[in-house]
Amino acid sequence: MDFQLSDDQRALRSGMRDLLGAVFGPGRLRAAVERDGVLDRSLWRELGAAGFFALRLPEDAGGVGLGLPEAVLLFEETGRALLPGPLVATHLAAGRVEGAAEGEAVVTAVDADLPVAHLAEADAVLVGAEPLAGEPLTGEALRAFVAAARPVRSMDPLTPLHRAPAGTAAAAGRVSAAEGSRAASERTRADTRRAPAATERTPAHAGRFHCEATLLTAAEQLGSAVRTTEAAVQHAGSRQQFGSPIGSFQAVKHLCADMLARTEPARAAVYAAAVTGDPVEIAAAKLLADEAAVRNARDCLQIHGGMGFTWEADVHLHLKRAWIRAASWLSGAGAEELLAADLGAAGRLRRSSTAYGRRAPEAGGGG
Amino acid sequence: MDLAYTEAEEEFRGRLREWLAAVLPGLTAKPPPDDWPARRAYDTTWQRMLYDAGYAGLHWPVDAGGQGATPTQHLIFLEETERAGAPYVGANFVGLLHAGPTIAAEGTAGQRARWLPPVLRGEEIWCQGFSEPDAGSDLAALRTRAVRDGDDYVVTGQKIWTSHAEVADWCELLVRTDPDAPKHRGISWLAMPMDAPGITVRPLRTLAGSTEFAEVFLDEVRVPASCRVGAENDGWRVTMVTLSFERGTAFVGEVVACRRTLEALADEARRTGRWDDPVLRRRLGRLNAQFRALWRLTQANVSESQRTGGVPGVGGSVFKLRYSGLRQELCEAAAEVLGAADAFDLDRDEVLDRLSSLSYTIAAGTSQIQRDIVAERILGLPKGR
Repeated sequence: MDFQLSDDQRALRSGMRDLLGAVFGPGRLRAAVERDGVLDRSLWRELGAAGFFALRLPEDAGGVGLGLPEAVLLFEETGRALLPGPLVATHLAAGRVEGAAEGEAVVTAVDADLPVAHLAEADAVLVGAEPLAGEPLTGEALRAFVAAARPVRSMDPLTPLHRAPAGTAAAAGRVSAAEGSRAASERTRADTRRAPAATERTPAHAGRFHCEATLLTAAEQLGSAVRTTEAAVQHAGSRQQFGSPIGSFQAVKHLCADMLARTEPARAAVYAAAVTGDPVEIAAAKLLADEAAVRNARDCLQIHGGMGFTWEADVHLHLKRAWIRAASWLSGAGAEELLAADLGAAGRLRRSSTAYGRRAPEAGGGG
Repeated sequence: MDLAYTEAEEEFRGRLREWLAAVLPGLTAKPPPDDWPARRAYDTTWQRMLYDAGYAGLHWPVDAGGQGATPTQHLIFLEETERAGAPYVGANFVGLLHAGPTIAAEGTAGQRARWLPPVLRGEEIWCQGFSEPDAGSDLAALRTRAVRDGDDYVVTGQKIWTSHAEVADWCELLVRTDPDAPKHRGISWLAMPMDAPGITVRPLRTLAGSTEFAEVFLDEVRVPASCRVGAENDGWRVTMVTLSFERGTAFVGEVVACRRTLEALADEARRTGRWDDPVLRRRLGRLNAQFRALWRLTQANVSESQRTGGVPGVGGSVFKLRYSGLRQELCEAAAEVLGAADAFDLDRDEVLDRLSSLSYTIAAGTSQIQRDIVAERILGLPKGR
């Protein structure tokens, strides 16, 4: 066992940080906010050229041939940098939707009843319960879909949103909290009011696309949580009141300590889930990373005082993005139900028939 | 990032499992909590069994009589012994985890030869005389005086929170040898024989009803100067050296135990029907995520210390801060699973655990002190109040 980044993984992560620092610095971030999150296509192509989207495609298919752990490290960096765009959907579509791997195409996805991100500029939209199994919407079908969608005045200036046409959400078939709840309570047999088909898909059997989208989103949340911790510490160390840096007061420094204490367990959970690919570990990773991203952004905002409430400070961008990501792919309620269903004798039975993912190398401490 | 154990590590695990399966059924029943001589006998018997099987001082260096195992092997050892329901380190705790490693690192050859083998063989028990009534979180403010008189120190003062004081042979004692020096610079580390005249032990009853620790009153106790480890007035540094022996493994057994408890709570809630309450169910699901993450964080910390050659990061503070709070949350959830009919019955282990868990955010550095450490030593925020 060696649960630390390898030298190659460290190099990959710092390479990504350098790249983003060069192509998406503070000026580019502000410019993106000013144009309401509309994507910079040349930047998208630069990401493609750097291998961001094709990271996990085999080398003989023009990809980089790396795995989920490496993808997680890159998404941690994009989350940290607040890089806009449907990065997760386009990454997952690489090799399946033309142009996605190269960064020529922007691919977004319908995720239950969450409004669709970057729909107006998408070249393809992934729909359905297992989006990569079916055909994405392109061309005429896409144009009809966009025409029927309604733009939402998005809370997050970096994430333009459209409400999908009625009926699409059901087709997307995301694992909902209600479904998870049914699986967990194990009362499906007695419950005759629900159609049998709806009860068969339990969260633990969620497909590969949803699992990976959930994990990569969790990685972005992790990066955001790391960044807001840094920003809070930086501000607390330099801002002076009562003749001292505010970070010398325990009321403030303890907020910062708690930010790190949320971030590090979330990091361990996200990295471990990337190594095992286990759906329950992925749910744990998402739950903890969501909490770290949202609560750290809140604390960072609080530590910035009045400036934290302004449009000029970046912290609101982290918080708004974190809120949207927390509602994406697997909500807190859904994750908690899935993690509950995993517990005890009933959970062991369920685990033995888990459909997706390599088996965890070892169960680790528990059952 | 590799979570798979090597062949050698799995072999180590396999041998350990076989041994545990062979010896655990032969153990006598656990003694009652207030019978200290029986507890000492039970714990030292187990230590002797570990010694005979080659598992004593697993994480100690070979030249100190230990096994020189890697941090990962130590992790596996703690994980497997907890899973198998083996005895805890118990009365051997201070000897194996604090005093012993300190002597191994800072003692003379003679001191090592005198004190280390009996700890490994389960023949001598140590207790810890660090905290005082007015020196808790601010440990370096300790006032117990040691005045040199010929070949002895004459020690007078009071210690508190001393576990196993009634049955210990030795006490690792922090004393003030220079009252005029800055507070961290006037402290010395002594090994005090617990049968010396002038020592009075008064057991303290915890809120859980048992006597887990004691006050120790010292009235002109003579301790030979040859029992000082490290230089005079260098005791603070000598004490801090001990911390580097923990290597990220401090809470391995406890996290394993918490995960097992959580599994049992889910089974119990399903049996009683409380599982149908989504609030309780989600609370347990959430704890599952938290303890899974703590397990992975343990593996990360152990891997880090393996890479750095045993030097732990200050990450231990992050872990302790998170773990102690979650352990309390787990006990609260357990009370809810039990329900009002059973949640106040001291014959239920869960009820005793709920009471004991209140110490976790206080003992070995309060959560407030841990936050100071995290903020100042990891995040680099300025000292001050």
